[in-house]
Amino acid sequence: MRFDTPAGTNPIDQLKVVGRATSRIDGKFKTTGTAPYAYERHDVVPNQAYGFVVGAAIAKGRISAMNVEDAKAAPGVLAVVSTLDYAKPLPLGKMNIAHLFGGADVAHYHQAIAVVIAETFEQARAAASLIRTDYARSPGKFDLAREAADAPIAPASDKTKLPIDKVGDFAGAFAAAPVKLDQTYMTPDESHAMMEPHASIAAWDGDKLTVWTSNQMIHWSKGSLATTLSIPEEKVRVDSPYIGGGFGGKLFIRSDVVLAALGAKAARRPVKIALTRPLMMNNTTHRPATIQHIRMGATRDGRLTAIAHSSTSGNLPDGKPETAVEQTKLLYAAANRETYMKLATLDLPEGNAMRAPGEAPGLMVLEMAMDEMAEKLGVDPVEFRILNDTQVDPEKPGRPFSQRHLVECLRTGAEKFGWSKRHATPGRVREGRYLIGMGMAAGIRNNQLTKSAARIKLERDGRLTVETDMTDIGTGTYTILAQTAAEMMGVPLDRIDVKLGDSDFPASSGSGGQWGANNSTAGLYAACVKLRAAVARQLGFIEADVQFADGKVTAGGRSVDLRDAARGGPIVAEDGIEYGTLDKQYQQSTFAGHFVEVAVDGYTGETRIRRMLAVCDAGRILNPKTARSQVIGAMTMGAGAALVEELAVDKRFGFFVNHDLASYEVPVHADIPHQEVIFLDYPDDKSSPMKAKGVGELGLCGVGAAIANAIYNATGVRVRDYPITLDKYLEKLPEMS
Amino acid sequence: MKAFTYARAKSAAEAAAAVAQTPGAKFLAGGTNLLDLMKLQIETPTHLVDVQDLGFDKIEATPEGGLRIGALVRNTALASDPRVRRDYGVLTRAIVAGASGQLRNKATTAGNLLQRTRCPYFYDTNQPCNKRQPGSGCAAIGGYSRQLGVVGTSDACIATYPGDMAVAMRVLDAQVETVDPAGARRSIPIADFHRLWGDTPQVETNLKRGELITAVTLPRPLGGKHIYQKVRDRASYAFALVSVAAVIQPDGSGRVAFGGVAPKPWRVETAEAAMPQGAKAVTTQVFAVARPTNDNRFKLLLAERTLAAVIAEARA
Ligand SMILES: Cc1cc2nc3c(=O)[nH]c(=O)nc-3n(C[C@H](O)[C@H](O)[C@H](O)COP(=O)(O)OP(=O)(O)OC[C@H]3O[C@@H](n4cnc5c(N)ncnc54)[C@H](O)[C@@H]3O)c2cc1C
Ligand code: SF4
Repeated sequence: MRFDTPAGTNPIDQLKVVGRATSRIDGKFKTTGTAPYAYERHDVVPNQAYGFVVGAAIAKGRISAMNVEDAKAAPGVLAVVSTLDYAKPLPLGKMNIAHLFGGADVAHYHQAIAVVIAETFEQARAAASLIRTDYARSPGKFDLAREAADAPIAPASDKTKLPIDKVGDFAGAFAAAPVKLDQTYMTPDESHAMMEPHASIAAWDGDKLTVWTSNQMIHWSKGSLATTLSIPEEKVRVDSPYIGGGFGGKLFIRSDVVLAALGAKAARRPVKIALTRPLMMNNTTHRPATIQHIRMGATRDGRLTAIAHSSTSGNLPDGKPETAVEQTKLLYAAANRETYMKLATLDLPEGNAMRAPGEAPGLMVLEMAMDEMAEKLGVDPVEFRILNDTQVDPEKPGRPFSQRHLVECLRTGAEKFGWSKRHATPGRVREGRYLIGMGMAAGIRNNQLTKSAARIKLERDGRLTVETDMTDIGTGTYTILAQTAAEMMGVPLDRIDVKLGDSDFPASSGSGGQWGANNSTAGLYAACVKLRAAVARQLGFIEADVQFADGKVTAGGRSVDLRDAARGGPIVAEDGIEYGTLDKQYQQSTFAGHFVEVAVDGYTGETRIRRMLAVCDAGRILNPKTARSQVIGAMTMGAGAALVEELAVDKRFGFFVNHDLASYEVPVHADIPHQEVIFLDYPDDKSSPMKAKGVGELGLCGVGAAIANAIYNATGVRVRDYPITLDKYLEKLPEMS
Repeated sequence: MKAFTYARAKSAAEAAAAVAQTPGAKFLAGGTNLLDLMKLQIETPTHLVDVQDLGFDKIEATPEGGLRIGALVRNTALASDPRVRRDYGVLTRAIVAGASGQLRNKATTAGNLLQRTRCPYFYDTNQPCNKRQPGSGCAAIGGYSRQLGVVGTSDACIATYPGDMAVAMRVLDAQVETVDPAGARRSIPIADFHRLWGDTPQVETNLKRGELITAVTLPRPLGGKHIYQKVRDRASYAFALVSVAAVIQPDGSGRVAFGGVAPKPWRVETAEAAMPQGAKAVTTQVFAVARPTNDNRFKLLLAERTLAAVIAEARA
């Protein structure tokens, strides 16, 4: 189905199942331990052996020698595969930057250099420690701040744009502006830190490879795995029905799956591998640190006339920049604009997508700058944003937003949160030893349209089976797909079976970039439209308007049980959604207003969040319960980014030092006492027949800045270097006793 | 993890003898620290002597009016004991400020005292570390040292003793009771239990090889207000940046020990005379010999401000 004109009224609009708060249909499996994750799939293939991956001990250089003989001779060992078994690195998968295996060169710390396969996990791990490796180190670049000055300007992520994206005359307008801001900010490297590690089981059957893995993008990964292993794509099957979180860390294949495949070949046995937590942090990907520079000029009454935002990040050679300036192209009106990115070469592990890539660190900075600017102007931060709202793409005023209710998000949020009680002068509100502050920020994250296919089968017993290679990364995809099918076919939710994550199923959008929900349900919508037509035909309906409701098919006064259509055998329909140019004609984005109250211990400087509110404008909300879970999870991640999360770089040895969950702190329950989410729920007919948009990343967009602004409001100390830990402001806190 | 053998000891003497006689043997209590370190190949014992059947799991009153805490009393049991809560509140507070409920259910009194440092370089076997591999150097010096020690450290090692419970025991002047492989018993003041790193950061306590902890005794209750304040980046489940254990009397006098700053719970008794003059007067003396890194210099001010909070709380 091609979607190139705005959606009219369709069966989804009935909202009998879609749009209702529905618990996850996979929830009972998750809570009873019957949703097997990759590493737990003991039953998919017999005789599984265990692999343990060894990471390089240096960040840059060459392996001069490796002795694997002791490891090979260790008890239980079946095989050892060394990177030196390959003359050069294995070919890169589509989205990979760092080589996953092969050759003597080391490009980053904990690059996989060997895998030991043994009868038991403990034997593999013990043997791995017997591998002796000699290195010739070479000097590397590990310090972003040092490399930033000479970093070249990076190409724009939108290839139709110049590297320096200019509108009007920024320099002139900035110089002439009566009120100005010119500040530099920093965000650190961050780790996805999802619960489930990268894990895979691989088994060969002749030249055919099956991998049971944990991956967000089945179709990409099937292709990438074939490329990396130099085998035809048809020979690869990828299966990933349950995923214990990914946050972008599982968009692409990683060393676990490649080494499981190589190990299985060497050991002639199925092999399972999970990366250890340290390897997750230094072997895989992370969100790159940024140094961002913002300049803003405004009239005295608070209208922005000029805005410039540049961001410098680093990556391995051929890597991409963190696109931290994207939101600045869209969020506020201003006639004169300039955005660009610089990219330094660093020899740290690969930087790549992490939840809301670009926008997450970009908004942490832009929305802090907006807070500073509002203060300079003496305008309330909420009003300042409202004053500079735009209903059109500020770079192309002829191009409207499909919808934009940011102002309503902000007004609703301000009202519900009690924003009027905020003291505009910082450092004025105290409760005992605590300094209390409120902060807010706007959020924006784009709605991305990408094709997605699904298959739906009406079984003889009247049940419906949905199959698509779509993934559920803990987001509720199983449930919203079931809701979509139930709504379309007029049956209760419990008559739908959803099967996901198998590359033998039709290729979907996959899960990433908050595009999964809208696109995958739209793809299933298309398949359902086809199935409805086939059912109507089978039942002899010739009317144009056939109703599917309450398990019945009805038209022209005749009503037939849906089941009857499958009497002669199951009916299968397969289709997908493809998009025209509605996303070119209209800027499609989602919006949020974030509000936060913090208490800062006046003695120790510890910041504790008291309450958080997000008001979200993200199209039709397909399932308010799972959507809320997405948003509160993202707000929690934003709290981590604002307050604790930082991969600490050892700038001498070139690695992330705090590579476990004891030292890379993410928020715990006690950090998140109260969260509230309000959805505006405006269906967007330009986004898809579902009229939905993404929401899973929006919750993260802006929340970090809202927290930072609340800390400022509480203390009067502005910290422009995330995470805002107490050591950065302790000495500026007021005397307490 | 290296392959190892495992045995459950039936008596203290047998346990001590087994560890003394078997090269590379260690005691195993709750396992929450030792097993983690073994999985990471940081500890590589060849033999584990499990001490959990030895019965040191009671808290008893002593003739002197104090308490004798068995070495195997779980942290949860110790923190929730009514006598401890009533008379040694600082200890309860310190214990519940540490780790998580699950860990405290498993962790023992002796194991907690002996928990090893959390220096991140100690945890990465690719990095030089004098504590893990004597003579290999110290990667933390000149590296990422925000969490590490500011006082009592050495040129060989700047790590901290990371625990909470022992900091409270330090202000309470606890005694560590042991039995050695020859059956000899002794009582070590907690002040002398942990060592400064010096040139031998791999030697962390004054226990002898095979010496088994049987109990920790607390002297008579001190009265006063018992406060443990632990400062950390997140609200729970994190090691202290700085912690303060204090027992403060109505007249403003008191005792104070600091955690998260040194190779051992850091208490300078002579500085306590300055308690009535306020936090700064005390911390100036307590940290007189401090040698912080640029990353962790903030701990000095943090210690002062945290003590100020504790004194204010005691007065309130
Ligand atoms: C994730 C995590 C977070 C934590 N957070 C904190 C925290 O915030 N604050 C805090 O204070 N602690 C924290 N801890 C540490 C925790 O308190 C210790 O792991 C625990 O107290 C150790 O006790 P155990 O009985 O399990 O010791 P084990 O691991 O069994 O043993 C530890 C050591 O003691 C030796 N040993 C045990 N019993 C005896 C004995 N009777 N005589 C002589 N030697 C003995 C062992 O040989 C071993 O070397 C944390 C631990 C983890 C894993
Ligand atoms: S500070 Fe101590 S524990 Fe840390 S690396 Fe140095 S020697 Fe090892």
